[in-house]
Amino acid sequence: MTRWSDVLILGGGPAGLSCARELRKLGVRSVTVLDREAELGGIPRHCGHTGYGLREFGKLYTGPDYAKRIADDAAEADLRPHTTVLKIEPGGLIRATGANGMEDLQAKAVVLALGARETPRSARLISGTRPFGVMNTGALQQFVYLHGRCPFERPVVIGSELVAFSTLLTLRHAGIKPLAMIEERPRITAHHPGDWIARLGFGVPIMTGTRLVRILGNDRVEAVEIDRGFGPERLDCDGVVLTGRFRPESALIAASHIELDPGTSGPAIDGYFRCSDHSYFAAGNILRGIETAGQCWREGKAAAHMALARLEGRLPQRQADARVAIQGPLAYVYPQRIYRDAPTTNPLLFKARVQREVRGRLSVIVDGAVVWSKRISALPERRIDWKLPYRDMKNCHQVTVELDAA
Amino acid sequence: MAGLEPLLLEAGADILSGASKANSALLHTGFDAPENSIELSCMQAGYREYLEIRDKLNLPLVESSALVVAWDEEQLAKLPAIVDKAHRNGVPDVTQIGRNELRKREPFLSARALGAVLVPGEHIIDPWSAPLAYVLQGIAHGGRILRRCRVTGGHFDNRRWRLETSLGEIEAGVVINAAGNHGDVVEAINRESPFTITPRKGQFVVFDKPAAKLIHAIILPVPTERTKGVVVCRTAFGNLLVGPTAEDQQDRDNAEVDQATLTKLIDKGIEMVPGLSRHTVNAVYAGLRPATQFKDYQISVQTQRRWITAGGIRSTGLTGALGIAQLVARHFAAAFGGLQEQEPVWTPVPNLAEDRPRHYLTPAAGEIICHCEWVTRKEVDAALDGPLPAGDLGGLKRRTRCMMGRCQGFYCGAQVATLAEGKFAP
Repeated sequence: MTRWSDVLILGGGPAGLSCARELRKLGVRSVTVLDREAELGGIPRHCGHTGYGLREFGKLYTGPDYAKRIADDAAEADLRPHTTVLKIEPGGLIRATGANGMEDLQAKAVVLALGARETPRSARLISGTRPFGVMNTGALQQFVYLHGRCPFERPVVIGSELVAFSTLLTLRHAGIKPLAMIEERPRITAHHPGDWIARLGFGVPIMTGTRLVRILGNDRVEAVEIDRGFGPERLDCDGVVLTGRFRPESALIAASHIELDPGTSGPAIDGYFRCSDHSYFAAGNILRGIETAGQCWREGKAAAHMALARLEGRLPQRQADARVAIQGPLAYVYPQRIYRDAPTTNPLLFKARVQREVRGRLSVIVDGAVVWSKRISALPERRIDWKLPYRDMKNCHQVTVELDAA
Repeated sequence: MAGLEPLLLEAGADILSGASKANSALLHTGFDAPENSIELSCMQAGYREYLEIRDKLNLPLVESSALVVAWDEEQLAKLPAIVDKAHRNGVPDVTQIGRNELRKREPFLSARALGAVLVPGEHIIDPWSAPLAYVLQGIAHGGRILRRCRVTGGHFDNRRWRLETSLGEIEAGVVINAAGNHGDVVEAINRESPFTITPRKGQFVVFDKPAAKLIHAIILPVPTERTKGVVVCRTAFGNLLVGPTAEDQQDRDNAEVDQATLTKLIDKGIEMVPGLSRHTVNAVYAGLRPATQFKDYQISVQTQRRWITAGGIRSTGLTGALGIAQLVARHFAAAFGGLQEQEPVWTPVPNLAEDRPRHYLTPAAGEIICHCEWVTRKEVDAALDGPLPAGDLGGLKRRTRCMMGRCQGFYCGAQVATLAEGKFAP
């Protein structure tokens, strides 16, 4: 038997929960949220430090308090923790397993809010032995904040994206001072508030222009080999925290019929957050790797309006009017498909990232005419976003986003 | 070893922590094994027994077949000889197939492939559950096992052996040396070892599950003198495996992965299966195979010394294991007698293979804790209990697949560590 909802949301993190809340506020009756963890809230659940909620709620929360707040706000939806999605099928049909065993669920609109995770050691192809004590920030935070234990005493922290500073705060909470923070690039990647956390630094030496060469140790990590530009050096330590390089948690989508964008590794969407199967929408970090909880929260809310537009039959069913082409050193741009019809009064929102540190002019070209252009200076981990009014897409056939590196 | 009181001494914290933890998990027909070798007869006996007992032990068999693919004219010219050798080795259903037939069977294989030898009987199995089932059956028949017990020396008084181990002195009527990468070192306790082991490292790359749909058969290269070469195949767990490399080294315990080599391995995989470039890597690992100066297994009995040697068991050992056991038992019976026929006790193990019902699909599955491999909490609890609980985290991973998926413990690592706290057997 298939259980029907008006809207089914996969993933109860900031994007999924804000989408659920907004849909209920918009009067949609049956909204179901599936989440595989024991508690809703997503990644903020295990980020025990502060820094959440200022823009969306006007007040600073710790991660767990923020997780609780967004779950409480969505309480009018049918929230189902401990429910694992096994399969995504055409037409909004979902196979899941949870407290009631195996179940088929279906909805006219399904929102994929599956989130992201960091790239583990294996996929980074790091050389060396494979001892215990090498982990991502996400695992470390669960050790420290959910299980009250720390797996090492003298770790090194790899990377300097914002999440690396979350790692420093997590380690400080556990009473641990890492030996060093190691960044391959000549300067740290994160801007506010990472740079001032770094400057306060908790006395942690930050080694930029330094590469992790190799991990050493039999059962446990004993040392790492690093290279600061003059050959390998040994640094004795008992753990390695690999931070950042988030990837969308898109394995379920890769196994399904829904189109993935090789650039973002997430589902390709149109300007309505809609996937190649029009029953499916996507919001939050599943779209591209990582952005702040606040960004995901806003996207979830925006996607709710689009899901409602689908329920009300206000979204075009034809093929997209244009596919977005990329030129220059851009890693990705989304939405990947454009329609010229505006479903709401909101403008069309673009997001992009670059492949490498680059300065240049970013332009949007619609049918040969530049409709928008801006000089940028960007790093690969930093979001670039801009809005265009729908009137710029009038009669569009070909949309190109071009980065002319100067 | 029915009728005796066998004691298995394992140096590692758990079984399969040495040479046996990392192989390509294939059940071989022996089509390309050295002719008239002990290896060939052990593999074929092992292959037959595996098929006979696997249902009773709940062990999987992914019937994939294998294709030895020729990528250039020179390799293509070698295919008929491979077919002939297979027939001489008693594998009659091996045939050569042309480019079109190959394309039909493997549409995602690079179009550069010119032809192949089809080996219908080569299959994919679970490299960890099978040996676990064997040892559990041994325990059910009264055998015992000591883990973290390294043999360091010994003395024979013409009647019994007194072995020095990291857990103290252990007395035995007969010693069977199956010490893998340390085989020659342990052999030296008995005699000047007739073989020297030079561990051969093999690095592997495991792609995420969506990649498994790119390939059906085990894709083998035309072999060279030294190695079977890089294989692309699915795993019983539903992933896609590329490897191994073949690199000689001195260290017998530690196998390091190397970024440059792994990158080359991935490129090699993409060269054979171009679609792999769009898939992500779940895991990388390296194993050590106990290669000797000889091509064949080194299996013999020294009756006067009450010692049996089973050394130099290379990467075919997973297939050969049951055949090797049969051979060792025959040697034992002939030299020392005392073996009795017994009605076997069957000790089925939990299924971890993707093509058969996993625990999470059962009505009473309860909580799933590893979201990548869909491992339930009950499975983890069970692996920490029973007659041979996991000895360390590696053993727990091999018994359940927890932390073995695409996130490598991002989500479940901390919970698994908490569940396992204080539970690993000493």
